[in-house]
Amino acid sequence: MLERLLIISAILFCIGLYGVLSRRHIIAVIMSVEIMFNAVNVALVAFSRYTVPASLRFPGAGTDVERFVLEGQTLAVFVIVVAAAEVALGLALIIALARRRDTIHISDLSTLRR
Amino acid sequence: MAFDNLFSEIVFWALAVVTIGSAALVVHLRSIFRAALMLVVSFLGIAGIFAMVNAEFLAVVQVLVYGGGIAVLVIFAVMMTRDVDTGNRSTAVQPVALMMGIALFGALAYSIVQAEWALLPDSLPGPIATVFVETPTQLGRLLLSDYVLAFEVAGVLLLAAVIGALSLVRERHDA
Repeated sequence: MLERLLIISAILFCIGLYGVLSRRHIIAVIMSVEIMFNAVNVALVAFSRYTVPASLRFPGAGTDVERFVLEGQTLAVFVIVVAAAEVALGLALIIALARRRDTIHISDLSTLRR
Repeated sequence: MAFDNLFSEIVFWALAVVTIGSAALVVHLRSIFRAALMLVVSFLGIAGIFAMVNAEFLAVVQVLVYGGGIAVLVIFAVMMTRDVDTGNRSTAVQPVALMMGIALFGALAYSIVQAEWALLPDSLPGPIATVFVETPTQLGRLLLSDYVLAFEVAGVLLLAAVIGALSLVRERHDA
């Protein structure tokens, strides 16, 4: 079960990587980055559900189990927050660029000067 | 949730196919607007996968933040730019990008299959089973105790992002 979730996550991540490298439209690049964020979240949730937390493998880790089993999901929450901030800023940058330079193609934007 | 019956297997694989298929369409479709709609479908499929692996809170957050907020933002940005119908062409490095994607997937798949994972037992021990009964409660407790510093920093990050986005898109009349 863990393996198939990780394989799904790997497929999504590679699709996102391909999109980031190969698309010409800058919004398509941002959407591919979002797919990569989501792939990472799937992997984090899968690890949180199906593997023994590292903190529990050491002897004397204590009996406070519930603090450690949801580490992956907690990290996924923060990934979602950072992704939301990144999209808001990235799209604002794109709109500002489209106004100034009248283009949204990556190859026309290789320099940030006017 | 244990995958003990045929029905949940079918639902899981349907979600996986929908998610991966629509993600592939995002990077393949020529129309950037249709690609944005496919992105929403992919986000919702991932929310379904979250719901099936005891991440109910994350499934709801996924629908609200990605299926709602980020989808609206992306579609707004698509509307405000041009070349919407044919803009999503590929660059000259597309064959190289395809090869790199396939190579990375090969390496990842090999290491996933080869690794010896420290798996939890099928019948979860008592304390862990109780955590997965109510993950939202436990997550809230964690976020406001062990991870409270990261929680506050995330709030500051969101504030900075909103202010930055506003100042970037503000029309300048002094030019």
